Amino acid sequence: MRSSSRQGPRAGIGLKAATLGAVLFLHVPLLIIILYAFSIEERSFQFPIPGFTTQWFAVAWEREDVRRALWLSVKVGAIATAAALVMGTLAAAAVWRSRFFGREAISLLLILPIALPGIITGISLRSAMGLLEIPFSTWTLVIGHATFCIVVVYNNVLARFRRTSRALIEASMDLGANGFQTLRHVILPNIATALLAGGMLAFALSFDEVIVTTFTAGQQATLPIWMLSELIRPRQRPVTNVVAVFVIAVTFIPIVLAFYLTRDTQDTAGALK
Amino acid sequence: MTAATLPAPLPRGGGVSRFLYGRPGLVLLLLLAPPLLWLGIIYLGSLFTLLAHSFFYLDEFSGVMVREVSLDTWKEFFRSPAHWDVVLRSALMAAAVTLASALIAFPLAYYMVRYAGLRLKGLLYLAVMLPLWSSYLVRVYAWKLILAKEGIVSWLAAQTHLTWLLEALLATPVVGGPSLSTSYLGTFTVFTYIWLPFMILPIVAALERVPATVIEASGDLGANPGQTFRRVILPLAFPGVVAGSIFTFSLTLGDYIIPSIIGKSTPFLGETVYRLQGTAGNIPLAAAFTVVPIVVMGVYLMIAKRLGAFDAL
Amino acid sequence: MAGEGVPAVTFQGVCRHFGEVRAVDEVSFSIADGEFFSMLGPSGSGKTTCLRLIAGFERPDRGHIQVHGVNVEGVPPFDRDVNTVFQDYALFPHMSVGENVEYGLMIRKVPRAERRKRAEEMLGLVKLDGLYARRPGQLSGGQRQRVALARALINRPRVLLLDEPLGALDLKLREAMQAELKTIQRQVGITFVYVTHDQGEALSMSDRLAVFNHGRIEQIGAPAEVYDHPATQFVAGFVGQTNLLEGYLAQRLGGFPASYAVRPERIRILPAEAEVPPGFASIDGRVSAVTYLGANSRVEVEVDEGGRLQVVEQNVEGGMAMEGRAPGTAVRLVIERRHIQAVSESR
Repeated sequence: MRSSSRQGPRAGIGLKAATLGAVLFLHVPLLIIILYAFSIEERSFQFPIPGFTTQWFAVAWEREDVRRALWLSVKVGAIATAAALVMGTLAAAAVWRSRFFGREAISLLLILPIALPGIITGISLRSAMGLLEIPFSTWTLVIGHATFCIVVVYNNVLARFRRTSRALIEASMDLGANGFQTLRHVILPNIATALLAGGMLAFALSFDEVIVTTFTAGQQATLPIWMLSELIRPRQRPVTNVVAVFVIAVTFIPIVLAFYLTRDTQDTAGALK
Repeated sequence: MTAATLPAPLPRGGGVSRFLYGRPGLVLLLLLAPPLLWLGIIYLGSLFTLLAHSFFYLDEFSGVMVREVSLDTWKEFFRSPAHWDVVLRSALMAAAVTLASALIAFPLAYYMVRYAGLRLKGLLYLAVMLPLWSSYLVRVYAWKLILAKEGIVSWLAAQTHLTWLLEALLATPVVGGPSLSTSYLGTFTVFTYIWLPFMILPIVAALERVPATVIEASGDLGANPGQTFRRVILPLAFPGVVAGSIFTFSLTLGDYIIPSIIGKSTPFLGETVYRLQGTAGNIPLAAAFTVVPIVVMGVYLMIAKRLGAFDAL
Repeated sequence: MAGEGVPAVTFQGVCRHFGEVRAVDEVSFSIADGEFFSMLGPSGSGKTTCLRLIAGFERPDRGHIQVHGVNVEGVPPFDRDVNTVFQDYALFPHMSVGENVEYGLMIRKVPRAERRKRAEEMLGLVKLDGLYARRPGQLSGGQRQRVALARALINRPRVLLLDEPLGALDLKLREAMQAELKTIQRQVGITFVYVTHDQGEALSMSDRLAVFNHGRIEQIGAPAEVYDHPATQFVAGFVGQTNLLEGYLAQRLGGFPASYAVRPERIRILPAEAEVPPGFASIDGRVSAVTYLGANSRVEVEVDEGGRLQVVEQNVEGGMAMEGRAPGTAVRLVIERRHIQAVSESR
């Protein structure tokens, strides 16, 4: 903010071109997916698309397997997000309110599930579940997803906490509010948008996670698992295209909302890890 | 005093708060217990279970895992040169992807922080964050469409009469292949595309921490823009690059989806692990393989921490 | 005003250590009911920690704290009849000015209409009528300060704690607020415990003040007492300007070997060889520098016996009397003996 809001020197044409190039690189492929969802071609990825149709949206909606996968994804995402909200917020509050031995280690522990390759998290959970003979279920999926979602909430909420004066809590206690009243009247209102943003990001992350999911799903298919199987053994490509567009929409909307919720503070941007 | 009423007495309640007063250690424990138990037991526990599996071995005749501590699996792991090929190939790919991401990310990040107005900057943030958080599989899928033989790249090459260039690229030994979607070149492109946002945001964060006054001071002391960039901005932004590389490197190392959808049939680390634990049923060897990225990332994180990269996360 | 009997606050041998740092080290004092009591000291001297101990944000490692005769060591802040005005005001950013002021009443489940009425009254007291619906973010620093004051006062605490409340304000506003705080304190008749590092503030507002250094109290007393009779070198140096006399000169002037403090404005400059009035001590020297300070001038004198003294003279009749103050001029300094104050080593 500081440096950009002033009128500094103008950017050179090379820098502008590189910026534009990077943005196009990031987004043109998504536009292409959307384009293909309207293609009449069924068998190949022919470009330019030979014709335009919206029939595949209706076809996809009628597919029982797609609906089942969608419902499972929503369910897992919602439960995992709820668990991550609780644990991420608690961890953020602990780190914010006091310095203690091993505080650094906590951040490291939280970030580990996404800093280490997903396959490690996945196969670890799988082998532990195998060892304990836990059968695959919605809950095994939730466990995997919550594990890597905690850090998203943690980062969002901690960033907000760090911008919140600790004196606010003291002031509330000083004015007669006990711990729960302080939580209700001061802490929660102050971190509400960060919680919402963190929750939505966590949901988006969970909704299209595939790597950890593969290991904890067993025979269940979330939407990404369904897509993956279609990618490896294509059955009806246009339906896959439509589902892809749907996944883009479902994950983009919460992210855009999260971004605008925390825009003035830019928590979300700082919450990448 | 103007108002004559006495303040109302405090309502009842708050017994728990009263009990917790003066017990900050207990409060901390209560806050930390759920997340720590979750991550400590479920996550770290699983991780150790996996590592422990690398000390079990597969019975040669029955193919059944034997739960006895032995170094057989590790011996097998180190003996086979094919295993080292996999590790080396994966590490090279991860390094190439990291380098390419940094090169693409830096100009964008630099433009965002130094030149973009508030509005544009917000939009650019969003443009980076959307692909970061969403649609991993969909974005991989997009490249399958793009790189397909009948897809956009071929079409573009034909339209611009550059088909010869595309063919020359595909004919290049090692990186080439029958088509883009079955070559290392394709794998590399998709890896870079997928992990690029993870490189951009830490660099932005690091650049934002460079105060404008420092840059002005450098100019004031007679440095031209190039010198300022090299001597002031780049060193200060470097922790951001390192922080970003933690992600690009680690994520590339462990990914098994991308190379299995786009690329050659020669396996990368992630694919190998996946195959070993899945179809081959050799969990001990799969576990031994996963130790590689853990060790690599452990060393990497240690170096990164020393370089101050954690502040730029 | 200051009620006899049970003191408002009592510290008995209170210690609070943070690791190796002795933030508060064996501190004992008491504050009378209705008193305006200041805790003065440099940053890190323990004054704020003492305030936080009274509020209940910190707990003593050793010693006892009483508020109105009741031990409060195990009492959480929300059960203490004490309210605080925070250094950065700590206004709740998600509430309006009115909601901020009403917060304590809302927690006490006072009906909405009465809350509103009392909040308006309180806003009137701090001269913020009509700002009920504003957000704290829309207020100036001075106005926020007043909101914080109203928010604390509405609960009618028996003790009001103020943690450098004027620190963030500019000089003019600070002076106006000093007077106003004093007026409000008289109006409400509550004990004020006021933490500041600004000695001028402490001297002008307090009934009594305690000077803190390194977690201990160096001196407690009324402002004039502390200023005119500083107990230690530290107090002499921290509260106002001072000349510290040591060694031979000190012995000649004070009569026995010790350290002595002399306020610059207590020294008079006479021409060299002038007659010394009875009851005065004299020192000969030469003017080495003169600094014009507006209402005053500061004259530095190189003492013949060694050392240097600062003298502050009022500037009368349009500028200072430059005559006889040119650098190099020989002068005789005279000091009334009762203004030569023996001070002990700092503790």
